[in-house]
Amino acid sequence: MSYLEISRVDMVFGEGASANQVLKGVDLSVKRGEYISLIGHSGCGKSTVLNIVAGLLKATRGGTILEGREVNAPGPDRAVVFQNHSLLPWLTVYQNVEIAVAKIFRDSKTAAERRDWILHNLDMVNMSHALDRLPSQISGGMKQRVGIARALAMEPKVLMLDEPFGALDALTRAHLQDEVIRIQAELGNTVLMITHDVDEAVLLSDRVVMMTNGPAATIGQILEVDLPRPRNRIELAENKTYNHCRQEILSFLYEKQRKVEPIARASAKPAAKPAAPARPQSQPEVALRA
Amino acid sequence: MSNAETIGTLPLKAATGSPRALALAQGARNLLRGIVTHVLPPLLIIGLILIVWQALGSRPGAALPPPSKVVQETWELIVHPFYDRGGNDVGIAWQLLASLKRVAYGYSLAVLVGVSLGVLVGQSTWALRGLDPIFQVLRTVPPLAWLPISLAGFRDGHPSAIFVIFITSIWPIIINTSIGIRNIPEDYRNVAKVIRLNGIEYFSKIMLPAAAPFIFSGLRIGVGLSWLAIIAAEMLIGGVGIGFFIWDAWNSSRISDIILALVYVGLVGFTLDRIVAFIGRKVTRGTAVN
Repeated sequence: MSYLEISRVDMVFGEGASANQVLKGVDLSVKRGEYISLIGHSGCGKSTVLNIVAGLLKATRGGTILEGREVNAPGPDRAVVFQNHSLLPWLTVYQNVEIAVAKIFRDSKTAAERRDWILHNLDMVNMSHALDRLPSQISGGMKQRVGIARALAMEPKVLMLDEPFGALDALTRAHLQDEVIRIQAELGNTVLMITHDVDEAVLLSDRVVMMTNGPAATIGQILEVDLPRPRNRIELAENKTYNHCRQEILSFLYEKQRKVEPIARASAKPAAKPAAPARPQSQPEVALRA
Repeated sequence: MSNAETIGTLPLKAATGSPRALALAQGARNLLRGIVTHVLPPLLIIGLILIVWQALGSRPGAALPPPSKVVQETWELIVHPFYDRGGNDVGIAWQLLASLKRVAYGYSLAVLVGVSLGVLVGQSTWALRGLDPIFQVLRTVPPLAWLPISLAGFRDGHPSAIFVIFITSIWPIIINTSIGIRNIPEDYRNVAKVIRLNGIEYFSKIMLPAAAPFIFSGLRIGVGLSWLAIIAAEMLIGGVGIGFFIWDAWNSSRISDIILALVYVGLVGFTLDRIVAFIGRKVTRGTAVN
C-alpha cells in the first residue's frame, strides 16, 4: 500500500473552445520516506501536479490519496516550499515560522514548546543567527532556508518543494541541496520536488519522474536512482550509475521530449471548471515505465 | 574592536585624532551638508517670494497688504493664539483645534467605513461589480455639493460638517484599500491556505499587513482631502473653526488675518499629511520593500 497516491489525474483549464488540457492520466504512487523529483520542460504542468497534491488546485478528474484518505483541500500535512520563498515581508524570520507553528500546534504544544520547536527548525537550516531580521534584510538563499524551516516546522506527511532552488545562484544552490540531503537523512521525510535541474534531480531523489510536454502532459518515464546514501556530489561526479541516470534523463528531455516552442501559446487561466470537454489528443502518449 | 586595537593597527589614523572624534566630525559634516541641501533651498525661495510680495504690496493702491503689514496687523493673533473672549472671539489656535476636532471625527469615521468597504470590494467580485460604478460617480462630487443635502438631512451645522469630511475623504480610502487587497500576491494566499488560517486570522495576519502600503496611501490622500473640505464647509456653516475665521475676517475686511490663517491652514495640512505618512512608514516597515 503506497503512502501517497496520485490517481488518474486530469486537469483542464478553461472550458469550451478555450479549454486547455494540461494534464492527462497522471498516475504515481509514492512510498513513505521516498524522495521523488518531477522533471520536465517548463510549461509541462509539473507545478500543476504539485498544486493538486497540495490541494491548492482541484483536479478535473482523479485525485490524491494520502495515507488512505483523499485530500482535496490544502493543509499543513502537505507543506509547500514555494519557488520564490513567499515569506511574509512584514514578519521577521522567527515570526514567519511562528505564524505556521502558532496555528498548527495551538492546542498540541505549550507556548514554550512552540518556541523551542520554531528555534529547532530554524537551527536545522542554520538560520538561528538571523531570527530578528526581516526577509528584505537577508539573501535569497537565506529566505529559501526560512521557507524550508517553515515547511518542516509543520511536520508534514509530504514535504513539497516547488523548484526550491530555481532562483538561486549555482553555489548557493549546491549548498542548499547538501542541506536538504542532510535534513532528509535526519528526518526521513516523504518529499515531492519539482525541478528542471538534471543534476539536482539525480543527486537528491530516489526516483525521478519525467513528464512529457504539454498540452495533456503525463508521466513519460520513471527512473530509479539506485545510489547509496548519504550522497556526496564530488564522489558521485565519476560514479557510473550517477552518470547513467543523468544520461537517461537528458536523453528523455532532449531527444524523446525535445521542446518545440509553439508559435501561439494557448492561454492557461487557473480557473478550472470540471467536466469540460477535453480537446482531441494531438500527441501520442509514451507511457513508459522504467 | 576596541580603540586600542584600532590605534595599534592603524597608526596613521591615531595621528590625526581618535576614531570617535573622527566620527563626530563626520557626523557634524553630514548634518551641515543636510542643512545646506535640504533647508537652504526652501528658505531662499521663501525669502525671494517675500521680497517680491513686499515690493508688489507696497505699491500705492495695492489691493493686498505686504508681509510686513500682515505681521504688524496680526501680531496680537500670533502672540496670543489661545485667548478666549467668549463667543466667536477666540484665539486662532482654538479655531484650528475646533476644525481639527471635526476632521478627527469625520476622518476616523471615513477610515473605519472606508477600509471596511475597501476590503469588501477587494474581496468580492460581486461587490466590486455592484459598488464600484457608484463609487466612481460619487467620488467626483465636489465636497461642498454635499453640504446642502447634509444640512437638510441633519438639520444642524456640526454633524453636517463632519459628514462632508467623511464623504470627501472616504473615496480614496475605499479605492486604495480595494486595490491593495486585490494585489495581495497569490503566494501569501497559498501560505494562508496551507496553514489553514481562518477568515479572521487571514484578515488580521495576512490581508491587512499585505495591503497596508496601499491603505496608507489612501489614508494620506484622504486626510489631505478632509482638511480641504473642512475649511470650505466651515465657511458656509459658520460658528467656530478656522474656515469660519477666514470668512469672518473677509466680512470685516481683515485681509491680514486671512493671510495669517492661510499660512496656519497650510502648515496644519502639511503636518497632518506628514503624521499619516509617518504612521504608514512605521506600520508598513518592510512591506513596501521586498
